[in-house]
Amino acid sequence: MSMIIDRRLNDRNKNATNRARFIRRYKSQLKRSVADVVAERSITDMGRGGEVGIPVKDISEPKFRIGQGGDREMVHPGNHSFSPGDRIAKPQGGGGEGEGGDGQGEGGEGQDNFMFTLSKEEFMNLFFDDLELPRLARNVLGDAKQFTFRRAGYTPSGVPSNLSVRRSLQNAMARKIALAAPLKRELRELEESGADPQEIQDLKDRIDRIPFLDEYDLRFRHKVKEPKPISRAVMFCLMDVSASMSEQKKDLAKRFFTLLYLFLNRKYEHVELVFIRHTSNAEEVDEHAFFHDPQTGGTVVMSALNLAEDIIKDRYAPDQWNIYGAQVSDGDAFGSDPQRSAAKLRDDILPHCRYYAYVEVPDNASSITPLGAAYSQIHSENFAVAKVMGRRDVYPVLRELFQREAA
Amino acid sequence: MSETVKDRVLSRGGDWDFDLLRSYDREIASIAKEFGLDTYPNQIEVIASEQMLDAYASVGLPISYTHWSYGKEFIRNEEAYRRGMRGLAYELVINSDPCIAYLMEDNSMPMQALVIAHACYGHNSFFKGNYLFKQWTSADAIVDYMVFARKYIFECEQKYGIDRVEETLDACHALMDHGVDRYHRPSPLSAQDELRRQHERAEHARKQFDDIWRTLPRKEKQGDDDAPAEAANFPPEPQENLLYFIEKYSPTLETWQREIVRIVRKLAQYFYPQGMTKVMNEGWATFWHYTLLNTLYDRGLVDDGFMFEILQSHTNVVMQPGFDHPAYSGINPYALGFAMFRDLRRICESPDAEDRAWFPDIAGRDWREVLDFAMRNYKDESFIAQYLSPKLIREFHLFAIADQAKNDFVEVAAIHNDEGYRDVRRLLSRQYNRDILVPDIQVLRYEHMGDRSLLLRYTRLRDRPLTDDAKEVLKHLSKLWGFTVSMEVFDEREGVVDRIDVSPAR
Repeated sequence: MSMIIDRRLNDRNKNATNRARFIRRYKSQLKRSVADVVAERSITDMGRGGEVGIPVKDISEPKFRIGQGGDREMVHPGNHSFSPGDRIAKPQGGGGEGEGGDGQGEGGEGQDNFMFTLSKEEFMNLFFDDLELPRLARNVLGDAKQFTFRRAGYTPSGVPSNLSVRRSLQNAMARKIALAAPLKRELRELEESGADPQEIQDLKDRIDRIPFLDEYDLRFRHKVKEPKPISRAVMFCLMDVSASMSEQKKDLAKRFFTLLYLFLNRKYEHVELVFIRHTSNAEEVDEHAFFHDPQTGGTVVMSALNLAEDIIKDRYAPDQWNIYGAQVSDGDAFGSDPQRSAAKLRDDILPHCRYYAYVEVPDNASSITPLGAAYSQIHSENFAVAKVMGRRDVYPVLRELFQREAA
Repeated sequence: MSETVKDRVLSRGGDWDFDLLRSYDREIASIAKEFGLDTYPNQIEVIASEQMLDAYASVGLPISYTHWSYGKEFIRNEEAYRRGMRGLAYELVINSDPCIAYLMEDNSMPMQALVIAHACYGHNSFFKGNYLFKQWTSADAIVDYMVFARKYIFECEQKYGIDRVEETLDACHALMDHGVDRYHRPSPLSAQDELRRQHERAEHARKQFDDIWRTLPRKEKQGDDDAPAEAANFPPEPQENLLYFIEKYSPTLETWQREIVRIVRKLAQYFYPQGMTKVMNEGWATFWHYTLLNTLYDRGLVDDGFMFEILQSHTNVVMQPGFDHPAYSGINPYALGFAMFRDLRRICESPDAEDRAWFPDIAGRDWREVLDFAMRNYKDESFIAQYLSPKLIREFHLFAIADQAKNDFVEVAAIHNDEGYRDVRRLLSRQYNRDILVPDIQVLRYEHMGDRSLLLRYTRLRDRPLTDDAKEVLKHLSKLWGFTVSMEVFDEREGVVDRIDVSPAR
């Protein structure tokens, strides 16, 4: 006799480990592929999974196989015109048709790349792999200004609109059963013993008098007030794009901005980005231009700060937006520009900002740059300066930057 | 429609439920019994499509150890499925006792019935009856063994690190086709025995261990004078089971690595009969779902709608496109196998003069006996050599092409005519010979008294070379071996024509 078992509710992800192993094994190739995807993607799209590819030849498993060449016979179906002794020219370029069955294995579709889709988590892990991002470092940023209500069980008192009919009736039913049970038992005994009808009637009346719904039964949905941050945030990305900022430095900058964006995105429902690039004068641009358009010219940091201030005034009122700033530069600045910029930042911009980070990507780690020197004079709770030399530094810097605020 | 007929029909429409599955299974089982099919008990498991994808990946076993290549398979199937490039198999059946068959929940009732007939009675009886399966697999132990293997490899990963285990497994997988010795019957599997054996090994090592040996001064190496004569003769005869040879004689493998080699070898053994009986196995199962379900229909247990759906699906399965058709990808084992079993039945039931001339010993006999005998005692190669009839050669329009390296053309060697039948049959049968599918590579010499190098020999048939993969496989092998591994290419006429040496990377 057969046994029929319903396994549909069993675990569906038996291969999660095997999949993870595959990704682990081809990490370096996948990282390259992820990097390509990232380069084309805008920061706001970063929190998605993505399709990546690995060259098929990299993932094939070698086996001893018999290859093309030598002598062989093959039997095929569907002859409609051949007679014994017929000759057919061999197709150019090796084997081709007529050698179908032999040693092809793998069942590949003949594509060069093994394409597949990474989940968001897998994608981010690969993307941030060099950043040494720990799993748990998800600190809450900033404090709350708004409140939200969250369901938190039931309570015996409340306003009628929060009444839970189901819960209340459940309670009522339980109470009725509990109160009526002894009376009903007594009633049954009386009826069996043939007692006085009046007594039975009294008892029945008592049972009927148990109220359908009592005040004790009522239950209200309980809601607690929870602090909620302003749900909107804007992130100003400021970058020096003068000639001294190489592609590699911009790449570091992009990673830093991306990471910051992802942090903010976890905290706020809605995050907007403003890209301001500057050489000797500043302009607001879209993301692509921000990272990829080459610009040449001098460096006037002040211009970017002025533009940022104007944009804040125009579009992002500080009482409605959480304003974050992140500035990346190689630290070059000339003349009085660094001092004036530091003052501008301290007096006009920082007061409106939840947080402002200055990240320097200098040519060598030990040098002190003019802008860095000027900025380090600013002492403010919500301002931080850090240096990033390589990809590995990006995350620790970000972590350091935000630690104080999280505390 | 009269009431009596209506009463007999088991169900109408596509919906199924568990009661219906049970009643279909009961009816199919009783018909199968009438036809004399001997099966393991069935364990039918209903699963969702994602679970089918899971089942695919672990090469058709309900459980397997962790390895990236299964992840690759899983991702490949999943992507193909998500993009609609590939449907899922309706069923998957495992050679185990009880015989586990998976039904997909999305199948309609007729499809479920088809799968039950195909897998639970067709494949199942083949697993139980065919001589190769009987000799090479232990259906009652395989699931336990895989549970053991999974656990063991998991523990190895904990102890020795994922990378080392992965490296060992990769190397073993590369040699998996060479983990079978065709001429020795393997001992039956038992997870318990495996565990016991392991404990004994470990216990023996523990008892033998004495740290003081380490402190003894090493004996000076003695002259190698008498060694070479002996060394040249080891192994005394060439060994074709490379994995077994490595497991036994590798000079460098640690105990746990030997166990892993053993696990892969056992797995290779388990799959060996399936590779040798594709046409027969699928043909047998297809023949029986066709026969069993038609009997259901003849007895009025299913309606016309049911049968239309079955036949449509059946027709797709047994379709054989011609060589010049875009969908052609070799001979469809379902089509050939099904046609051959049907043809056998025809030869038994209504033989004509040609059949009597070609198959005097079976023409006119009881078809059930003849089919049963064929199923039990043949593999694809011998089955085709024995039973492919001229009529089928004509029906399939089979023809043979000779491809010789020295010519810039291929020649039609034989077609479906009187002169060609025997040639076509012989050549087709040879196509299923293992030497065509898996190159003949054997261990020739192990310099166990010398530099510990290992020499393999590829015996080249008719100038057919190995692919470039060979060097990669040898690298894997040298990792397991720990010393230089070489392979010579041996041609019967010309002798040794080529040689590859690979030293382990250190």
